[in-house]
Amino acid sequence: MTWVFGVLVFWIAAWLLNVRLSKLPKSPVIALLVPAIFGITLMVIWEAVVRGMEISPVLLPPPSAIAVRFANSLPTLWVDFVQTVIKGALSGYIIGCGAAFLTAVAVDRSPFLQRGLLPVGNFVAALPIVGMAPILVMWFGFDWQSKAAVVVVMVFFPMLVNTVQGLQSSDHMQRDLMRTYGASYPQALMKLRLPAAMPFIFNGLKICTTLALIGAIVAEFFGSPIRGMGFRISTEVGRLALDMVWAEITVAALAGSAFYGGVALLEKSVTFWHPSQRG
Amino acid sequence: MRSLAPVFTVVTAIFVLWYLAAVALNSTWAYDKAKRADVTLTFSQMVADTLAQDKPLLPAPHQVAKEIWKTTVLKKVTSKRSLIWHGWITLSATLLGFAMGTGLGTLLAVGIVHSRAMDMSVMPWVITSQTIPILAVAPMIIVVLNAVGISGLLPKAVISMYLSFFPVVVGMVKGLRSPDMMQMDQMRTWNTSPATVFWKLRLPSSMPFLFTSLKIAVAASLVGAIVGEMPTGAVAGLGARLLAGSYYGQTIQIWSALICAAALAASLVAIVGVVQKVTLKRMGMAA
Repeated sequence: MTWVFGVLVFWIAAWLLNVRLSKLPKSPVIALLVPAIFGITLMVIWEAVVRGMEISPVLLPPPSAIAVRFANSLPTLWVDFVQTVIKGALSGYIIGCGAAFLTAVAVDRSPFLQRGLLPVGNFVAALPIVGMAPILVMWFGFDWQSKAAVVVVMVFFPMLVNTVQGLQSSDHMQRDLMRTYGASYPQALMKLRLPAAMPFIFNGLKICTTLALIGAIVAEFFGSPIRGMGFRISTEVGRLALDMVWAEITVAALAGSAFYGGVALLEKSVTFWHPSQRG
Repeated sequence: MRSLAPVFTVVTAIFVLWYLAAVALNSTWAYDKAKRADVTLTFSQMVADTLAQDKPLLPAPHQVAKEIWKTTVLKKVTSKRSLIWHGWITLSATLLGFAMGTGLGTLLAVGIVHSRAMDMSVMPWVITSQTIPILAVAPMIIVVLNAVGISGLLPKAVISMYLSFFPVVVGMVKGLRSPDMMQMDQMRTWNTSPATVFWKLRLPSSMPFLFTSLKIAVAASLVGAIVGEMPTGAVAGLGARLLAGSYYGQTIQIWSALICAAALAASLVAIVGVVQKVTLKRMGMAA
């Protein structure tokens, strides 16, 4: 009971601190500090509730136990990370997004194909494509190639739709200006339409980062060599070693955030001119 | 209407590609069989065989269509082999998760818009939460909730909720903030309370944003429900059909479950679209 009571006090104190901090004038330090305090509070609540209510570690291990497990099994986690994220997700992401981009540029010259592809692409992007995973595992075998294939299929359509939309986003005045300059099609594409499409393209790339990780991990549930994050999660769940599962989740969360953050940084340097980046 | 012909062309092209791929992928097995039976196949025989195999690598569209027809119309709805029965199980988890996600998302958005502290502390974590590949953790959530004694719909709905609350939060925060300065000032000159501002101005002007988010959320929550069904031991639901099909190499069954899931997703999004049209029209906001 003391645990629960103590954590309530801590929670309220942290919240009051955050309310105070958020009233201060804006600064990068505060923008980082406030969510950090909130995150720490969540961790403390979690730890205290698990200890205070004596929840079995089989159901929900406390953060401290997860941290210990994480530190103790770094080699295993690294092997899984390489297998799933680098080999599966990243290669699939690059192939899928690249193929979608090239397709979008290829159909760009034909308004007929665009009008046909956009609705179909939007439709397919909303479908539960993860369901293709068992089929692709059947086709490409158990190793990372099948995971990459799942990722390719998952990221292709969101990326395609975004790129096609982006290429249409330059307005009439700008395109007319290009015509008065006597710019050829490739020139107009390189100088005007591709740069103008960048915010859309990066939106697609950012959506696809999470999709890529999900695809690579879920595909491992349908068969994998004896390494990989999805494999580890499903086997450790079976052994009720929940701390290991949470350690893998931590890796997945870190990898996902880093992946997303990396693309967002790249976006910032490429689309520095866009209003959303200047604000 | 202008886009009908292009869409039709693209869809036809997809079907043609599908048939070609089916012939190409299944031909190895067809030749293998012929070799064992000591017959040589002519090209047309080979094609005919590739489109009618029992466990093809890639079933042809008409085989899938036949399987769907067999498992929806010809089977009793209560039968465990009826896709409608499995679809209904998935659908109910989807809808429950969708409702929970929409509720949670709206609540969070209301809090974020009204409290600066909440905006600063919660919003970054909401975004971070989506970089965690939750689908990958789905089996654990299911197993753990089962161990606590919660089974059936709820665990799947929790995963759907996790996937669907995010678009709603983002859309609603944007929507609730969409009234411009002039409108907010107008409210202030009338000396309205924050509650009135919310009900009369913020909520109505967030509707277009809400519906766009709901379309994404409903599709996401179907994905969540399907993946949530996989680790429960393939008992029931479209996800279970996928898993069982992949265990036993029943490719036609996998594809028919997949097509049904696709049809379900499409109709859910379409329903939200219709509700959006009707609501916005009655509110006088139709584009």
